[in-house]
Amino acid sequence: MKIICCLKQVPDTTEIKIDPVKGTLIREGVPSIMNPDDKAGLEVALRLKDKYGAEVTVLSMGPMQATEVIKEAFAMGADRGILLSDFKFAGADTLATSSAISGAVRALKDYDLLIMGRQAIDGDTAQVGPETAELLDIPQISYAKSVDFVKGEFVVERKVEDRTYTLKAKGPLVVTVLGDQVEPRYMTVEGILRAVQEKEVEIWNASQIDVDPESLGLKGSPTQVKQSFGKQLKSAGVTHDNVDAAAGAKLIADALVEKHIL
Amino acid sequence: MENTLEMKMFQNLLTDFIEKEVRPIAAEIDEEERFPAEAVKTMGKIGLMGLPFPREYGGAGGTVSMYAYAVREIAKACATTAVALSAHVSLCCTPIYEFGTPEQKAKYLPKLCKGEWLGAFALTEPNAGTDAAGQQTIATLQEDGSWILNGSKIFITNAGYADVFIVFAMTDKSIGIKSITAFIVEKGTPGFSVGKHEKKMGIRGSSTCELVFENVHLPKEALLGQVGKGFSMAMKTLDGGRVGIASQAVGIAEGAIEETIKYVKERKQFNRPIAAFQNTQFVLASLYAKTKAARLLVEDAAAAKDAKSKELTVKAAMAKLVAAETAMEVTTKCVQLFGGYGYTREYPVERMMRDAKITEIYEGTSEVQRMVISGAIMK
Repeated sequence: MKIICCLKQVPDTTEIKIDPVKGTLIREGVPSIMNPDDKAGLEVALRLKDKYGAEVTVLSMGPMQATEVIKEAFAMGADRGILLSDFKFAGADTLATSSAISGAVRALKDYDLLIMGRQAIDGDTAQVGPETAELLDIPQISYAKSVDFVKGEFVVERKVEDRTYTLKAKGPLVVTVLGDQVEPRYMTVEGILRAVQEKEVEIWNASQIDVDPESLGLKGSPTQVKQSFGKQLKSAGVTHDNVDAAAGAKLIADALVEKHIL
Repeated sequence: MENTLEMKMFQNLLTDFIEKEVRPIAAEIDEEERFPAEAVKTMGKIGLMGLPFPREYGGAGGTVSMYAYAVREIAKACATTAVALSAHVSLCCTPIYEFGTPEQKAKYLPKLCKGEWLGAFALTEPNAGTDAAGQQTIATLQEDGSWILNGSKIFITNAGYADVFIVFAMTDKSIGIKSITAFIVEKGTPGFSVGKHEKKMGIRGSSTCELVFENVHLPKEALLGQVGKGFSMAMKTLDGGRVGIASQAVGIAEGAIEETIKYVKERKQFNRPIAAFQNTQFVLASLYAKTKAARLLVEDAAAAKDAKSKELTVKAAMAKLVAAETAMEVTTKCVQLFGGYGYTREYPVERMMRDAKITEIYEGTSEVQRMVISGAIMK
């Protein structure tokens, strides 16, 4: 079994602040981490490797600093790591990112499963997984909490709100994984030493992937960010306990009237 | 060392483990006098329990410096968990690795390094503490080359949970110290039992017990190193052990300073945070500088062990002496800066003060370290 696992290096948003004047993210001094949903995806891949002996290739896109998350993936147990790093990839929105990833996956040719995190904590779009599946024209199962392989088919538990669906699909397919449903393993000391001293991250440029160059980077990005701003703080709401439906409806209606919404 | 990618990743691994599994239970295992068995298992899985040993024996292929770094980081949150690691690596795995036969290494190290087995070291006896040569435990050689062991040991770290024990005994009382010999004794060997669990002031989650040997039959393969070389093996082992304990002491001091810095910024008296008072600032500045000095001595001793330097003995003694006394001074003064709250179990500094005290006592008291240092500089 061959698994490709996509990882993004992101600023640790629990420590990030927004420039109050420019409305942009202040990234200086903020530690970079492996995106939590992607780390959960890697864990799912490594569990398949533990169980069935898969080869796990991790794939990332970004500046050279992003080799750090690939090294971290090596230290957790990934076998091979590729970083897409080229100024032609720069300024990519979710579509251009998906184009680059799909191009790299096509260049890798042989794979059974492409695992991605549901979304990145610095963007929260959840678009790259599904867009990549569309561009590769393969099936996709999003919001997974586990993946198994039974009788030649992937069996995926998909969690949506309070329900879990069990779905089956033949590979190759895309699965996007929920970070809060999977506890990733630790790195190991031996893994860290081998990752740094022995293992190499392959650096690929735009000419090494199988995709139309026009679909990459800023050129391939239809999205434009108009403005970024912090959330406005809202005061806590009012809670009414033990109210039946009719009384509840009246409470809501009265509150809306009071605010001149109704 | 700190700025390499390797050390950054190592620090991330330690932080991840400590914040998930060590700090959250530190107060609880102290209160309940409970051994941190789950955290020890995890330390095995992630490679800490065999950190400085080669991979052919199941080790992580790291260095003593990295191991000392790990002990220190863990001790910042929990000295009990740190000493379980230190006693296992320095006092059990290391003598097997350094003095064991290829068969002994192959039999014990892989399981010890993966944390599937826990190790302990048994030298101290009721009448043989600092005077380690006063051993009463006797090993009698049998005609077939096997041994019968009789006697008892006290204050043995990890004892209640250990699978493998390095045990020292005399083979001939008439020649005394020259007959001290080391043996590898497995848990469950008939006649070998773990006795009373000590109730201690600090490191209360650490399993410190008595060992009793009643006609314990040991095969000849249990002999570690040569007959009569046990005392020098024990002293060499303790040189390395002191690097671990000194790291633990620095960790306790650093942990106490971190907690105190947080507290003095929040605690207000006379309408300002107590951090704004010069007494607080000067006390913390001194403690921080002393702790850093101790840390550099410990790093130097760890590097000496990595380099197999002859200076290890004196460097480890200096590191342990200074680190332990620094830990005691730092934690005592941190409790003072906390005031009444520092004396309560609501905050961790009283625990750190209780934990610090043992670092001045075990694996050679501060007085022993002074003997070792003076012996080395005035010979």
